[in-house]
Amino acid sequence: MPTTEFSVVGFFLPIYKVNNMTFSSQPQRIVIIGNGMVGHHFVEQLVNSDQPFEITVLSGENRLAYDRVYLSSYFSGKTAQDLALTDEETYENWGVRAITNAWVSEINPSVKQVVTQSGDIYPYDKLVLATGSYPFVPPIPGNDNPHCLVYRTIDDLEAISSSAAQSHVGVVVGGGLLGLEAANALKQAGLETHVVEFAPQLMAVQLDLPGGDLLRDKIESLGVQVHTQKATTEIVRGESCRYRMNFSDETHLETDLILFSAGIRPSDQLGRLTGLELGERGGIVINNQCQTSEPDIYAIGECALWQNRIFGLVAPGYAMARAAVAHLTGQQGEFAGADMSTKLKLMGVEVGSIGDAHARTPGALVYTYHNQPEGVYKKLVIDGAKENVIGAVLVGDTEDYDTLLQYALNGIALPEMPESLILPTGGEAPSLGADALGDSATICSCHNVSKGDIVGAIDSGCCSLGDVKSSTKASTGCGGCTALLKNVVDSELEKRGVEVSKAICEHFDFTRQELYHLIQVEEIHTFDELLSKHGKGMGCDICKPAAGSIFASVWNDYILNRDHQPLQDTNDTYLGNMQKDGTYSVVPRVAGGEITPDKLILLGEVAKRYNLYTKITGGQRVDLFGARVEHLPSIWSELVAGGFETGHAYAKALRTVKSCVGSTWCRYGVQDSVTKAIDLENRYKGLRAPHKIKFAVSGCTRECAEAQSKDIGIIATEKGWNLYVCGNGGMKPRHGDLFATDLDDVTLQKYIDRILMFYAKTADRLQRTSVWMENLEGGLAYLQEVIINDSLDIGEELEAQMQRITDSYQCEWKTTIESPDALKRFRQFVNSDATDSNIQFVAERDQIRPATRAEKFSEKAIPVEIV
Amino acid sequence: MQAQANYTPQWHDVCGIDDLVVNSGVCALINQQQVALFLIQQNQEQQVFAISNWDPVGQANVLYRGIVGSVDDAIVVASPLYKEHYVLATGECLERDDVSVSVFNVRLDNQRVLVQV
Repeated sequence: MPTTEFSVVGFFLPIYKVNNMTFSSQPQRIVIIGNGMVGHHFVEQLVNSDQPFEITVLSGENRLAYDRVYLSSYFSGKTAQDLALTDEETYENWGVRAITNAWVSEINPSVKQVVTQSGDIYPYDKLVLATGSYPFVPPIPGNDNPHCLVYRTIDDLEAISSSAAQSHVGVVVGGGLLGLEAANALKQAGLETHVVEFAPQLMAVQLDLPGGDLLRDKIESLGVQVHTQKATTEIVRGESCRYRMNFSDETHLETDLILFSAGIRPSDQLGRLTGLELGERGGIVINNQCQTSEPDIYAIGECALWQNRIFGLVAPGYAMARAAVAHLTGQQGEFAGADMSTKLKLMGVEVGSIGDAHARTPGALVYTYHNQPEGVYKKLVIDGAKENVIGAVLVGDTEDYDTLLQYALNGIALPEMPESLILPTGGEAPSLGADALGDSATICSCHNVSKGDIVGAIDSGCCSLGDVKSSTKASTGCGGCTALLKNVVDSELEKRGVEVSKAICEHFDFTRQELYHLIQVEEIHTFDELLSKHGKGMGCDICKPAAGSIFASVWNDYILNRDHQPLQDTNDTYLGNMQKDGTYSVVPRVAGGEITPDKLILLGEVAKRYNLYTKITGGQRVDLFGARVEHLPSIWSELVAGGFETGHAYAKALRTVKSCVGSTWCRYGVQDSVTKAIDLENRYKGLRAPHKIKFAVSGCTRECAEAQSKDIGIIATEKGWNLYVCGNGGMKPRHGDLFATDLDDVTLQKYIDRILMFYAKTADRLQRTSVWMENLEGGLAYLQEVIINDSLDIGEELEAQMQRITDSYQCEWKTTIESPDALKRFRQFVNSDATDSNIQFVAERDQIRPATRAEKFSEKAIPVEIV
Repeated sequence: MQAQANYTPQWHDVCGIDDLVVNSGVCALINQQQVALFLIQQNQEQQVFAISNWDPVGQANVLYRGIVGSVDDAIVVASPLYKEHYVLATGECLERDDVSVSVFNVRLDNQRVLVQV
């Protein structure tokens, strides 16, 4: 891509000069060869050191650093851009000069220069080799045929993808961690997939034989065929497929595509050419500071050999990068080896391996737990003195991984019954308390933060989890230590007598429930009044929408009147859901999922006219995506004129009441679920609540409307309606609880009125009904007491409040399009009729979708035309 | 491409003060630059801020649609996409060191809003 290269060079010169002017002494020139994950981490750390360096990155690939760990997700739809760890703009902002397609051909340590193939010369003060590794291809005759590929870079993936398109069967040679990742990639590409492994088991480095066998069973049940103890002798022309692989045991396998993933070899050619010291079997020798035999040249990552070991994982590479940065900036820190424990998910199968997984330490003792029916295998390895965890294997369930790793890394004393660490004991396993950890215990291994660092951060003034995170960077990498970190922070704060505040934010010292009460009792109607009476500062994006929602629940004013408008989230302000590119979605209400052909046609006409992407939602309505803010009023004018009203899809409010077709049409239905759903939707539409609310009504116990996964679920019986409450789908699904049975229409409505109003009044901000009920002391039984037996004597009041809200309902879109003042907000620019040029679309399956950044640059994107 | 340094910022008459919304944002287009304008009213005192409308994290032109408020003493807008807070006076992002937004000078002249771009 010559244009990109040109713009990089052209843009960078000024920044380079600025740097020179800013610092009185000449900054050190650091050149980094290679921009893989480790090379990028090095740049990141060096930039964060805040010391003046002039940094140049030379990448042999045609793109900057990307995430190789998640490479196989490329086949499940991730793009090269999704995998990117950085981009040219970020490096520009950091003042880092990055040059792609820059193959280094020569290093001259005597004059401290690097020369690229194109003849460019880069002088350096310190040079860092982060050239990584290349896949080892076993010397099998025929391994150089077309469709014999490796799995390492995005370019490799593109080659695999185009080969897979012409293939039916694919074989991965190598059953290690990467090989299985590669097999996953082939499977996702739709091929019949085989894994051929030389050893008797899969993942022989990390797992023992029973663990490997269980993994094999699981992977085979997912449709990948595993062949162990097979040595390939040659690759020849096939009969049913493109190739035939012949094995040393006289068997063979036919395949169209062969992917080699039989280990890695360090990319040490530059070290060899430059005369740096190499290991016997390759790898550039480094010391604890990651310096090579030439002190001004460092090597980090998979090209480096430390104490005769190559580390083929990303975490040790990061540790080397940090050690090299520490040395360059005069800080403490050296590379002292790295823990090779891993936890991963291979095709959905959880696998974990810690330390001495094979129990090879003399005297090591082993506990195993093997649950064949459920496919779980766990092995715990402890030392002969029964004091410490020294290894573990987990297949099928890695929930214990974090705890076991803490025991192993930090030498925590074993509990009385070590087997309890891996046995399923229904939540009674000794949980690892924060106090059991010593100060040197590593909490976050991504950023190497110890418990002592966290205690130090709290001592120097951090008062919350957020403070500790931003000060120490703990838990901002993979996030695996989040729970443990919170544990440590909470326990340390508690020790210092800090009460964990329940205040909604820094502006109000109240919970949402207390604010609700204040607004209602003191008849407060505006945020300014609330703030001057009970708050401080200006408010924020937490308290303002919460207050807006309470005003709506209590007074039910038009949410876009001048006082309330600045309180609303953008979704409420523009009465649509903002999408990633700044456009909005349009979702008219389709009560109960019942829609006339004329209305369907109108939806189609509007979608066509404004070129909107159209999708059916799970709530039985139609979502129109890609509406520009300035088109929303005319889109809605047409919809309102055709009899539609707002669907509140953007609001913390009632969304939909889903229904099955019920007794009107269905042979099995016992009640008219559609009419019931429409009535309920019309009664509760517009009710603002702490979070969204979903209903469903099923016409018989077959439950086709999936009512038990909703906040309010209603299932018809011969005698009336059964009411289920506080179910939900989403991140943490929960079945609704049966609240009352065989209700008549009037009682059903009475109970729902009371439940919803009680929820709106007492729930916390953004708390779904499920969590709300779980947090009520007494739970379901208490809620039944309040609602059915009216134990608080508030039933009638709740019903009256709900009736007021129903009576004062207005369609917000109808009000908006009739108000010139409100319509002013829907201009993209106050001073121009232009449109946002960053919103661009491309065609996919005959509709629009947002253009990716690359597509925007390539001018493939199509403009929106109104017809 | 000409070097940006050749341009001297110019004052542009953008809109009337009535076009702004109290304690909320609107957007102006000035020479292809999208500028988010916020009118902040606190204790009867009014201030106008102008920052770039481009959300560097969400990669979209949306900052004028964020909620304004305060964090400690700083007046901020929260990105409507991923909720990072940007200080209106400086463009600094409170959650991340690696991003920030440009800020522009604003002045009021006889009920007109002028921005220097």
